[in-house]
Amino acid sequence: MSAPDILVVAETNRGKVADMSLEMLGAARQLAAGTGGKVIAVLLSADGSTYAEALSAADRIVLINDPLLAGFSPQPYVAALESVVKTEGPRAVLIGSTSIGLDIGPLLGAKLDVPVINGCRAVSVEGGTLKVTAGFYGGKLLADVAIAAAPVILLVAPGAFRPTQQKGAAQVETKGSPVPLAAGPVTFEEMILPDATDVDITQQDVLVAVGRGIQQQDNMEVAEELAQSLGGALAASRPIVDQKWLPMTRQVGKSGMIVKPKCFIALGISGAPEHVEGMKDSGLIIAVNTDPNAPIFDVAHYGVVADLMDVAPALTDAIKGG
Amino acid sequence: MKIAAVVRQVPDLIEPVEIAGSEKTVDLDGATFRVNEADDLALEQAILLKEKLGGSAVTVVALDFGDIDNTLYAAAAKGADRIIKIPYDQQQPPAPKHAAAIYAEAIRGLEADLVLVGSYAHDELESTLAPLLAGKLDLPFVGVVRGVRPSADGSSATVFKEFPGAAVAKMNVKLPALLGILSADEPLRYVPVSRIRAAMKTAKIEEQEAPVPAPASAATIERLHHPAAGAGAEILKGSVEEVAAKIVSIFREKGVCK
Repeated sequence: MSAPDILVVAETNRGKVADMSLEMLGAARQLAAGTGGKVIAVLLSADGSTYAEALSAADRIVLINDPLLAGFSPQPYVAALESVVKTEGPRAVLIGSTSIGLDIGPLLGAKLDVPVINGCRAVSVEGGTLKVTAGFYGGKLLADVAIAAAPVILLVAPGAFRPTQQKGAAQVETKGSPVPLAAGPVTFEEMILPDATDVDITQQDVLVAVGRGIQQQDNMEVAEELAQSLGGALAASRPIVDQKWLPMTRQVGKSGMIVKPKCFIALGISGAPEHVEGMKDSGLIIAVNTDPNAPIFDVAHYGVVADLMDVAPALTDAIKGG
Repeated sequence: MKIAAVVRQVPDLIEPVEIAGSEKTVDLDGATFRVNEADDLALEQAILLKEKLGGSAVTVVALDFGDIDNTLYAAAAKGADRIIKIPYDQQQPPAPKHAAAIYAEAIRGLEADLVLVGSYAHDELESTLAPLLAGKLDLPFVGVVRGVRPSADGSSATVFKEFPGAAVAKMNVKLPALLGILSADEPLRYVPVSRIRAAMKTAKIEEQEAPVPAPASAATIERLHHPAAGAGAEILKGSVEEVAAKIVSIFREKGVCK
């Protein structure tokens, strides 16, 4: 029988606890209220002492310090976590759907032979059963899932939960890795930061973002003209960056930039959860898409169901004409 | 260098996603399938490495699911040297855990130096294939990779793993290894239909049986449902000019433009 505790695998990003981890603590508090357990935050790093305060929504903060955890490498991370989970025996392990989480969640699940649910957006405990609503099919489908097994690993969708203001007991435990770690066949060498000479889309008041609906590189011109007419900058969803039509510094989303402009115009962007996470807090969101069921309309304030190649030039003309 | 790439078919999200009457599975009867985008990029990365390294060969491994043949011929037209198709007669795709067991049977004998698999597929609900397949093959794994540079002697590779904020982690991986590919070094190449048609005449698709495990899960799907469509947006209607005028009016009201 597992303990009713909820374990959160925290992450850091450029010297601070990642927002995703604070959101997961919010989800964990919801679950712990249902299970009657405690919230345990686990942070793997070379020295996690400076991060403990930010994790104070947890009842216990377990800092696993080891030089081999300084940079991310899947094997030592999973080895340390496997031991922690076996020792703690939680009801659920919450891991972010992040670059790190997407590696360690499935690997840890396989090691422990426990279920892993992707894209978790809502959690509850009903009659002792843990229930999750998870998104897949690019955000077009939700699955209500009941999980009897314990522990279960929940890969939590970014932005699905609000960071909690609730404080836990915040008892800090600092220790070395519970198992000897070896460098293994994958080693972290360095973090390469983005080119600082490009436009910083996080600082723009107006962003015109293009997605797959733009179809051809030549069509980027209409989006660029619209951005210029508003004194804004061009941004993009992942497929455009994969096509190398814009650099990574212009990518909006979970693994790109998180932006909050005064106005965000989404042209031909379907609204996959990974993208929405990066722009949902924009002041005014206008979406143009030919698919009336595109998830982008769920977060947009105003929508136009039409071809962006018709709407964008007309909008540019209307702005200039006005 | 021997490179294996896994390609999977997934329902095309341009079409509506239909839910079966049981509300527990997706109705795939009328679905249009296309290659999983990340797998397509994994194949692209495999072909790019073959072209760059010389003396290399790419083997594509796929499950016979979701009208796979056209995707396999397209892979041959792109430059894949060998194509293996695993018979599969189920109505639903295997969950990643079971898919990993199936693919591992076919890939193990290839003795590949690099196995490339898309980092994700949009129809994965319980875990993801790439790391599970790495585990089945007992290979080192890194996912969310957007670039691969094998060393001159082929004993290792520098891989670039995507992180938030347009940051990229440079990592070294000893080979053989399995990488979860998010993006390739170059955009997807365009393959003319004529080359795909030519590949249909010349490419050989090898069928290779692999045991299909019985589906089992500790998680129970109670109900599938669609998110409320358009719940947040006021849809602007009218001619393009009328819609443009309405948006400009909103811009002025919100101070976006004068």
